Amino acid sequence: MREMIVSELNQALHELAKGFAHFLPRLIVMLILALVGWAIAYFVKVVLRSVLRLIKFDKLSENAGASQLLSKAALPSATEVLSRFVFWVAWLGVILLGVSVLGILGLQEQVAKFFLFLPRLFVAMFIMFFGLLAASFFSRAALLAAVNANVPSPRVLSLAVRSIIIVFVLSVVFEELGLAEQTMLVAFGIAFGALMLGLAIAFGMGGRDLARRFLEKKIVRDKKEENEDELSPL
Amino acid sequence: MAEESFLTDDFLRQLMNVGEVDILVGLPTHNNAKTVGSIVHTIQTGILRGFPRARAVIINADGGSRDGTPELVTGVSIDDARPASNLYALRTLHSISTKYANSSQPSNKVAFRTILAAAELLRAKACVVMSPESANVEPEWLSKLLGPIYHDDFDLVTPTYSRHKFEGLLITNLLYPMTRALYGVRIRETYSPEFGFSGRLGTQFLGQNIWTDATNGTGVELRFTLAAITGKFRICQSFLGEKIQIERRSADLVPALRQTVGALFSALEPDFPVWSVVAGSEPTLTNEADHGVLLEPLRINRKRLREMFSTGVAELESVFQSILSPATLAELQQIARLRDEDFRYPAELWVRTVYEFAASYQKSVISRDHIIQALAPLFRGKALTFLTENRNASAEEIENNIEGLCREFERLKPYLLQIWKSSE
Repeated sequence: MREMIVSELNQALHELAKGFAHFLPRLIVMLILALVGWAIAYFVKVVLRSVLRLIKFDKLSENAGASQLLSKAALPSATEVLSRFVFWVAWLGVILLGVSVLGILGLQEQVAKFFLFLPRLFVAMFIMFFGLLAASFFSRAALLAAVNANVPSPRVLSLAVRSIIIVFVLSVVFEELGLAEQTMLVAFGIAFGALMLGLAIAFGMGGRDLARRFLEKKIVRDKKEENEDELSPL
Repeated sequence: MAEESFLTDDFLRQLMNVGEVDILVGLPTHNNAKTVGSIVHTIQTGILRGFPRARAVIINADGGSRDGTPELVTGVSIDDARPASNLYALRTLHSISTKYANSSQPSNKVAFRTILAAAELLRAKACVVMSPESANVEPEWLSKLLGPIYHDDFDLVTPTYSRHKFEGLLITNLLYPMTRALYGVRIRETYSPEFGFSGRLGTQFLGQNIWTDATNGTGVELRFTLAAITGKFRICQSFLGEKIQIERRSADLVPALRQTVGALFSALEPDFPVWSVVAGSEPTLTNEADHGVLLEPLRINRKRLREMFSTGVAELESVFQSILSPATLAELQQIARLRDEDFRYPAELWVRTVYEFAASYQKSVISRDHIIQALAPLFRGKALTFLTENRNASAEEIENNIEGLCREFERLKPYLLQIWKSSE
């Protein structure tokens, strides 16, 4: 009986050693890959950071309003955030490649999913960035047009334009990421509807006096200005 | 010839039938049927009186009129002008019309390019561009704008006018002082719908690469004047008398800023080697009076100007933070809070504001068009100060005030150079 136990134990230890001997080279390969991956990711990060600085990406991000969001969240500059993000994605990608070398069942499927998800992540980031850029541009355009046309509450108008574009961009981003598509669709519908309803109520109720003043001013001014000479700037 | 590609075959055929000319009159039009007939008649009379021996052509570049403007131009007979002038042309006077666009938005740039290309093809010695929107064109204007080129070898003749003291505030408070300070040449009307030019200046400008840039061509007249300055062409001014426009476009401040200030700011970058070394300014030879000032009283809504300035400064703070230095912005906010009777936009602050806008335009800190639009409320503040300071001023006092502003622009030019270089 005792001999049997010892024999089984020996066999188990032998199998374990055999398995470990079989696994160890793969582990070493994985660690080497991770190390090489770190070096590659670091190199990519440095190159990307230089390129982004060269093309003045921080300025672009500032114009898009992304820099303000980052600073509010106590994050570094847009160039730094993007290069760090690419570093981690690149390194994680290589580590996952290394993990797949280990041959662990089930993990390979997750690794494949991760790599399939990467392009969507980048597209979503692209949409987000240019969406913020568009929101910033059009809200500023609305603000300037409203100020120069002497429209009351130009900032509210500008904010409304920005909010509508951002809500739309977020819904597209979540759809691209495939995150809770149905929920996002409903949420977008509700948010957009609420925004429109809010604006309608704001104009109808809150802005009643403002609208009255505006119309009065407009009509009275038009009558008054019929008797006033206009100046030609040129 | 590269220019031929954008001219229609029919237009080229008509030009070939004309052959070479001495004088070319360019008339850009777009739905000007009400006035164009009388203007063509005036042009013909002007040519008969001033240049009866010259071979002349009227080129109408039409931007897609739907009211029969081109037909009116070509339909006006020289015979109608003869009895009035009691003179006869010894050469043929041609009238050609070409439609360069079918859109509702005509382009000054394309119209002017068409006129320049025609001038080059016809080897015109002296050319003049006339505006169909001027209500009081006189036959003498032709002689005044063409004479110095035709007889005295000048290359550009810009007009000066008699204006009301409060008309053309953008010119007196920004365009004239800034071009004078930067380019060192005192040209009163750098942006004018009427001007004369030599064939060689036209050909030189036609060869520049401004035709292919992305801008929609606003301010091409100003770019032409600046090209004459930077190219060291011979320039003079001719006094034309009172300027009356058919439509007084006072409300269109932003388009006016785009056409003038936008064109000036965009020219500063390529012209930097020229204007950065200029110090002081030289007067330009002027035929007859330098200019005139009319002093009739005007009823102006000052309160509205004040309101739009203060609203602009408050509402556009985030935009100004990108364009202006903190010190300038703080000063603007301070004067925006002043009581109506104390309100004054000091000349030094105005010049610093304009220079910082120019530097920000060069750096493209935000969309360039947004930078130009953001200047509108500040200009209203400056216009209000000008109106208040010169309410009871005589013509001489107004001239002294404009001269003072010009000197301020010249004095602060090193500041522009400093902020310009800091962005490079």
